[in-house]
Amino acid sequence: MEATIATQWIMACYVDDVPENGGSCIKHGDEQIAIFNFTRRNEWYATQNLCPHKQQMAISRGMIGSAGESCEPKVACPFHKKTFSLLTGECLGEEELVIKTYPVKIADGKVFVGVD
Amino acid sequence: MSKPTIIVVGNGMVGYKFCEKLLARSTQFQIIVFGEEPRHAYDRVHLSEYFNGKTADDLSLSTLSWYSDNGIALHLDDPIQEINRTEKTIHSLKGVTLKYDYLVLATGSSAFVPDIPGIEKEGVFVYRTIEDLELIKACAVNAKSGAVMGGGLLGLEAAKALIDLGISETHVIEFAPRLMPRQIDSAGSNMLQMKLSQLGLHIHLNKSTAAITGDKKIHSLKFNDDSQLAVDMLVISAGIRPRDELAKLAGLHVGTRGGIVVNEKMQTSDECIYAIGECALYEGMIYGLVAPGYEMADIVAAHLTEADKSFYGYDMSTKLKLIGVDVASFGDAFITEPDCRTILFEDTHKGIYKRINITNDGKNLLGGILIGDADAYNMLLQTVNNKIVLPPDPEDLILGSRGGEANAGAGVMSLPDDALICSCEAVTKGAICSAVNDGGVTGIDGMKKCTKAGTGCGGCVPLVKDLIAGTMKANGQYIKNVICEHFDYSRQELFDLVKINGLKNYDLVLDHYGKGDGCEICKPVVASILSSLWNDVIVKQEVIQDSNDRFLANIQKGGTYSVVPRIPGGEITPDKLIVIGQVAKRYGLYTKITGGQRIDMFGAHLSDLPLIWEELIDAGFESGHAYGKALRTVKSCVGSTWCRFGLHDSVTFAIEVEDRYKGIRAPHKIKGGVSGCVRECAEAQSKDFGIIATEKGWNLYVCGNGGSKPQHAQLLATDIDKETVIKYLDRFLMFYIKTADQLTRTATWLNKLDGGMSYLKNVIVNDSLGLGEQLEEEMQALVNTYHCEWKEAINNPSMRKRFAHFINAPDEKDPHAQFEPMREQVRAKEW
Repeated sequence: MEATIATQWIMACYVDDVPENGGSCIKHGDEQIAIFNFTRRNEWYATQNLCPHKQQMAISRGMIGSAGESCEPKVACPFHKKTFSLLTGECLGEEELVIKTYPVKIADGKVFVGVD
Repeated sequence: MSKPTIIVVGNGMVGYKFCEKLLARSTQFQIIVFGEEPRHAYDRVHLSEYFNGKTADDLSLSTLSWYSDNGIALHLDDPIQEINRTEKTIHSLKGVTLKYDYLVLATGSSAFVPDIPGIEKEGVFVYRTIEDLELIKACAVNAKSGAVMGGGLLGLEAAKALIDLGISETHVIEFAPRLMPRQIDSAGSNMLQMKLSQLGLHIHLNKSTAAITGDKKIHSLKFNDDSQLAVDMLVISAGIRPRDELAKLAGLHVGTRGGIVVNEKMQTSDECIYAIGECALYEGMIYGLVAPGYEMADIVAAHLTEADKSFYGYDMSTKLKLIGVDVASFGDAFITEPDCRTILFEDTHKGIYKRINITNDGKNLLGGILIGDADAYNMLLQTVNNKIVLPPDPEDLILGSRGGEANAGAGVMSLPDDALICSCEAVTKGAICSAVNDGGVTGIDGMKKCTKAGTGCGGCVPLVKDLIAGTMKANGQYIKNVICEHFDYSRQELFDLVKINGLKNYDLVLDHYGKGDGCEICKPVVASILSSLWNDVIVKQEVIQDSNDRFLANIQKGGTYSVVPRIPGGEITPDKLIVIGQVAKRYGLYTKITGGQRIDMFGAHLSDLPLIWEELIDAGFESGHAYGKALRTVKSCVGSTWCRFGLHDSVTFAIEVEDRYKGIRAPHKIKGGVSGCVRECAEAQSKDFGIIATEKGWNLYVCGNGGSKPQHAQLLATDIDKETVIKYLDRFLMFYIKTADQLTRTATWLNKLDGGMSYLKNVIVNDSLGLGEQLEEEMQALVNTYHCEWKEAINNPSMRKRFAHFINAPDEKDPHAQFEPMREQVRAKEW
């Protein structure tokens, strides 16, 4: 038997709720999830909205971009510009901080986020 | 076989560093640490920054989990009471008894408190730990005057702390006839004293305190010469005493004047017990700096892992900034003729004193002292330590090269490979260069990660940067001043390219001239360039704007925003004041008068911003651009309309100037000031541009700066009329906007400008580049296209929609944004 945790897909918002090449925040119960519409790469990402550096609910208001030769997609918290990989959630600076990432699916102009 | 146990007594900087150094060498030890303070190790060197807003967490050397992650058992708030050397055990205050194989004493030092009658009174403090600082901070709230006993290095640090805490009258009392007698000579002391007195510090020399008077609380100091000084508080900083009481109790050999005697391996008279840092006495000397403490820590770590390393004393050269004044002493600072030759430079106007001591044959540098300007310190220290042969005119080392092509010395690249660059982390020039050559390091951040150079006191960072640049240059790597990894252009180059090609949005600019997907550095730079060129509404490209520009407000703790309407020249009608009050009340905002003569409202939820602005705009307000790299305020004094000294109407002029340049985006924020007479109540000379009335017209100053590195504005033109002021300002601001690097204030821009002020004067006043008319036209185009971006944002439904915290619940506010009451208003909850 495979031990997988069932992913539950929730309808987060509509595609045009999230600015192109930017992010928005959605509420899922008590959870705040940042959703990024990386139009330039035709990709979507979702992470926790809380920046672990100073415990601020702000990641969704940060700028996205890429880092390095591999063009790792990233987001920078607007507070102190700590940057995190949108793929792994790992901090790309010196700090040992990690944020949670979520899978995203697009269907019928709607954005779905996979939660545990 | 179980691991040998090492118990470290003391969790200060050196004790912590020992753990780090030992772990780097071996994991074959069980490490147990005892600390007397309730906090884990923190940065004591930068303790005074605690008063500038740094928190205890900021000062921590590591996270608390670092200890457990590395298998270290940490006992805080539990001083060791006794060492039993026969049993090889220790006993702590909380009753812990543990066996050790090796013991490392890193007990540090305590403040020396002289035995003066009244020393126990309330309001008398020492300055060593965060707890001491908290007590001082609490007392300073109600204190108007304070004194520091001791005019040494730590005493002056403490005096700085009192000034930072807002004590308006701060005294320094020194027993000796001069300040910092251990580090600098008497001419240097005099210069330092002069500078510090100018900065408002009251310095009393040759004063011996006889008693501290007052009932329960300190009231005044009584001196041996029968004079008195009334103060509300006193900080004792009369020297340090090594904490050797535990060692003494255990029968270890200690010096007659304190300190645990150690050999070159840092072993005490018991070979299983080491002592390191300020508690250790090596050849009759206590080393009261952090770098030698770190070196001692490494020597013990080496000895325990059977590596060969010994302590041979340590260079006590030091450079610091005391209350804004550079002070440095290096090598043999005190050697005098005939044992050497001395070159002196003294400038009482600027408060600079420099002394270098060179060998009689003029070949080598022995040491020296720098007061007021210590930029040359790193290079001079390297010249001493590496016995670099001096240039034929060694005075160039402190005066700079005057005329001719000659450059003083051959710079950092001439240092030998074993030259110690970062003494805190013991990183040599060779290690830094090889990190560039083999490790692919190209910047200071990478270097810190790779070698740890520059992560201690940070004093070597400029030198490390020069070495990185020098090594890359030597390799033929072209070092360009580029914006970031996505654009191989400087801001000025990209500005011209965007302009010539008429590019209007970020993606186009990135496609044409960049690579990758951009980042948080280049996006705001391009946004600023686009805005300076085309002056379009910035929120049309919201996602490339910096944090504050994106939502046209300043993000604050807790994720709420602050709102600043423009109040040109600081003039406001009673009706408008009432509107601000009503709006603040309605939305529960904290209000404060800003330094720029306007009113800031804090604590606005994102979704309330459009509602707040709707009301403000209805009442005739406009955006104040407090969130933008743009013109902030033009501060004014009352001027000739009311003031009996005023020569001209400074308020009207300030309003005209502020209205002219409002909204224009620049590489950094811009502030202005207009004063109605030479008394300069608007503090215009600390602004990016300052206008001061004269009998015949106005004087125009430019490139002043407050901030962390204050700089006075310099005179650009004298006795000119209003129209000429505007003409020169147009040219000046546009020239700055077009040529400065991102996030560079006008002062720094000028400092980096080849030819400096005389060049700038030539361009602006004499129109030496023939650009004058063009710059004026470009500025006029920006003035003509001004718009209030808040007005645009609230009137545009799709822009307005973005001002919501939850996009799927736009009416709900962020529950994480929380407030606490404070003085009848609210404040953001601490993070």
